Amino acid sequence: MAFKATLLAAGAALALAGSAAADPVKVGMITTLSGGGASLGIDTRDGFMLAVEAAANPDLTVVIEDDQQKPEIAVQLADKLIQSDKVDVLTGIVWSNLAMAVVPAATAQGKTYLSTNAAPSQLAGKGCNPGYFSVSYQNDNLHEAAGAYAATAGIKRAFIMAPNYPAGKDSLSGFKRFYEGEVVSEVYTQLGQTDYAGEIAQIRASGADGVFIFLPGGMGISFVKQYADSGVGLPLIGPAFSFDQSILQAMGDAAVGVLNGANWSPDLDTAANATFVESFRAAYGRLPSVYAAYGYDTANLLLSAMAKAPVSDAEAFRAALKEADFASVRGKFSFAPSNHPIQDLYVREVVKEGDIYTNKIVGTAMTDRGNPYEDACKM
Amino acid sequence: MSAMLLIEQALNGLQYGIMLFLMAAGLTLVFGVMGLINLAHGSLYMLGAFACAAVAAATGSFWLGLVASLAAAAAAGALIELSVIRRLYARDHLDQVLATFALILILSEGTRWLFGSFPLYLDIPAALSGPVRLPGGIDYPLYRLALIGFGLAVAAGLFLLIGRTRLGIRIRAGEADREMIAALGVDISRLYTLVFALGAALAGLAGALVGALQSVQVGMGEPVLILAFVVIVIGGIGSIRGALFGALLVGMTDTLGRALLPVAFATVLPPAEAGSVGAALASMLIYILMAGVLVIRPGGLFGRA
Amino acid sequence: MRREPLLNALILLALLAVPLAAQALDEPFLVTLATKAAILALAGVGLNLALGLGGMVSLGHAAFFGIGGYAMAVLAAPVQAYEPLMTWPMDLPGTKSMPAIWLAAMAAGALAALVIGALSLRTGGVYFIMITLAFAQMLYYFAVSWPAYGGEDGISIYVRNGFPGLDTLDPLQFFGLCLGVLLLALGAMHLIARSRFGLALDGARQNPERVAALGLRPARLKLIAFVVSGAVTALAGALFADLNRFVSPSMLHWQTSGEIMVFVILGGAGRLFGPVAGAAIFVLLEHLLGGISDYWKLFLGLALLGIVLFARGGLIGALAGRAVAHD
Repeated sequence: MAFKATLLAAGAALALAGSAAADPVKVGMITTLSGGGASLGIDTRDGFMLAVEAAANPDLTVVIEDDQQKPEIAVQLADKLIQSDKVDVLTGIVWSNLAMAVVPAATAQGKTYLSTNAAPSQLAGKGCNPGYFSVSYQNDNLHEAAGAYAATAGIKRAFIMAPNYPAGKDSLSGFKRFYEGEVVSEVYTQLGQTDYAGEIAQIRASGADGVFIFLPGGMGISFVKQYADSGVGLPLIGPAFSFDQSILQAMGDAAVGVLNGANWSPDLDTAANATFVESFRAAYGRLPSVYAAYGYDTANLLLSAMAKAPVSDAEAFRAALKEADFASVRGKFSFAPSNHPIQDLYVREVVKEGDIYTNKIVGTAMTDRGNPYEDACKM
Repeated sequence: MSAMLLIEQALNGLQYGIMLFLMAAGLTLVFGVMGLINLAHGSLYMLGAFACAAVAAATGSFWLGLVASLAAAAAAGALIELSVIRRLYARDHLDQVLATFALILILSEGTRWLFGSFPLYLDIPAALSGPVRLPGGIDYPLYRLALIGFGLAVAAGLFLLIGRTRLGIRIRAGEADREMIAALGVDISRLYTLVFALGAALAGLAGALVGALQSVQVGMGEPVLILAFVVIVIGGIGSIRGALFGALLVGMTDTLGRALLPVAFATVLPPAEAGSVGAALASMLIYILMAGVLVIRPGGLFGRA
Repeated sequence: MRREPLLNALILLALLAVPLAAQALDEPFLVTLATKAAILALAGVGLNLALGLGGMVSLGHAAFFGIGGYAMAVLAAPVQAYEPLMTWPMDLPGTKSMPAIWLAAMAAGALAALVIGALSLRTGGVYFIMITLAFAQMLYYFAVSWPAYGGEDGISIYVRNGFPGLDTLDPLQFFGLCLGVLLLALGAMHLIARSRFGLALDGARQNPERVAALGLRPARLKLIAFVVSGAVTALAGALFADLNRFVSPSMLHWQTSGEIMVFVILGGAGRLFGPVAGAAIFVLLEHLLGGISDYWKLFLGLALLGIVLFARGGLIGALAGRAVAHD
């Protein structure tokens, strides 16, 4: 399970220019590279490695492992990375359930974990930890963005739906937190469900004037295609994961016009983002997804901290991370005391550009939004 | 819940059941004739969907894609039968389970190697897109209606093939007494290849038809495979009639359970909790149904045991 | 000269040598890998009783594996949260003691196996395969949507449970413990196979009519074997949960059932050391192939296919030169 991407010195000149504290850092990346969820992990890895390769810092080594989207495997890989590879920093997990399996144990062993995606509520409040940083968001944020914007988008009576598992329940409560309209129906579907004819019939009969869904991966593709074909035609809104670059091409025209809450978009107007999108396209021949953007930001955050403090001094290194002194592709970016980002949340719309389906920002849902569980975090 | 909504949900259950039948028919046929348990049946379903998506993307025609899915799944089925399955007839179920489990790994990762990790695009043909108004004022997707009709036609064709043709006679003879038909000079190994390819083609067809509604991705076949198992256990393994009946029963139970249980629980529990409890029970409902059937009839509803 | 006992001794020696190698190579993760292999082997030993000796092809042993895992979580989670396990009908605290957890896991596994077995054994052959699979799926969906223990997220037990006199947090000591349990189970299986019950069970598999004619009830023999099998696999589940300090519904997933079956058949069904060899090879293949390619499961599949087609009787069968396990 260890395909090692060992990065050798690209140029001595660059190395000299780079670091004040030349202390080698070994990063262990655990992400999903095989099976049905592989596209998310591949984007995470590619975004992360894009920044790592651009920096060409000879002090940074990355070991990449495939968790197969199984929590048990992720735990064992974390053991391996910590025991055998002796990594200093862990990163890369896509799924909340895998993060919950790995992060508490890793931080308890004194490692620093940088989240490129999953940021479950359990780790945001009472379970927060000085060694755990979420570079992406807090899980509820993108649902909150959708909820905060839904009324503005004319959805006064919402039908809301998510799979029946913890992330699904968090999603619906996140949506409701800032939603100003009325929720007419709240439906939980089976995890992995692929046929939504029944739910679509319920939407049609519900009297709602808009639909919020959180259906990641293949579930979202199935729903959106079936929904478009059903002719129900009510506006659809969701979090970015349900309408992201990695799955939009499989949804096709059915997704055009759908709104989704996000903290990043390929068209976000920052200098760092323009560089990122351009170089990602050049390197991999496709548009980056949010996962790639988070991966890229995570690597740059890590590089910024490496330049400030040696990793062997955990306290100083974490303080350097917390300064978030890097050019985020999201523009504004800082850490709240709980190590979760404070950032602007947007709403994007799915559009077709030439042959490619992608997202465009249509509005700002919330500014300087932080971690909803901030108060519960004592550290 | 209104009567109209109930009728719409029943139609959904019917459509779901008929798609399950296409999967289950191949599985039960292969078991009935060759005594083989094929875990890789779901991979053939996936293969059909990928072939359809690839050809539809290249040619722009869903219908050509459908033909491709049949051809690809049948060819893959024949190839797998000739190279692997053939060696397993004389083995016990254990070896069959292990070998076909290995085939799942090979076909899934092989497909990912060929087509990449991202889901593929496959859409409903333009002629069948959008809803139609049914008598009584229900707007129902035309494509799903077409699936019901098409699935029923395939089922009828299958019954005719088995009941009225020479091939069907051989298949039935093969189910009844393997040695005898070999003794009568029927080329048994060719019959086996044919039956396996037929089962594969049905699975591939189902994959392509359903793929247009869902997401075409690696691993899509496995949940359907387990449902198909439930169907043929309920119907009685080896019985095409049982597969049809079992598929409709499972399709209806699952769809109506998902629609009605949360509503039923909402009369005694607060809405959010009712939704979650109802959904949890609905996801187990077909397995409970299966256990119930087995208690009453251990050989399935149409089984010979 | 019988080669199978020699092979068995070699397999044992190899397992014992791993910690030494890990020390020598400074690769402590090897110990974790060997522990994983020992625990998975134990799950296989459980299945092997039903499958090899009893002829019951269960594709639902993930149910027992997962029940064992959840038994651990149910008992250990309250301690972690400083709460009692239950207050009604009596006050009962949770526990972090492995022996207590093992007993509970085995009891829960046995009970589940009794219910599932009683229903499933009404049928036979291929029905049995599919029904056991379906029961495991039922539990899987229940665990995913059951909120009390984390649902799909699963639940972490941050500190490994304790065993009197041992420091279970030390990988070597935990490995020793798991290996000890595995050896005990192997010893018990050896005795069962030679006992009157084992002989009758073997008879019930090969010729149920004759066993019935002797006045024994084949169905009952099989049910007992299935219950013991479920209990042993549940014990393995509790250990696996302790290895990972984590439990989730993926332990109940049908692919887990498939993998447990793969260990058994890979090594050689019905052979005492079959599951041990099978689990060791599986863990090794997973580890080595993963280093070569993103598509390593393709090669794993090819390797499995090659073994089942060309090495009848599993690896031990092929190496020991006899295709039939029972003679």
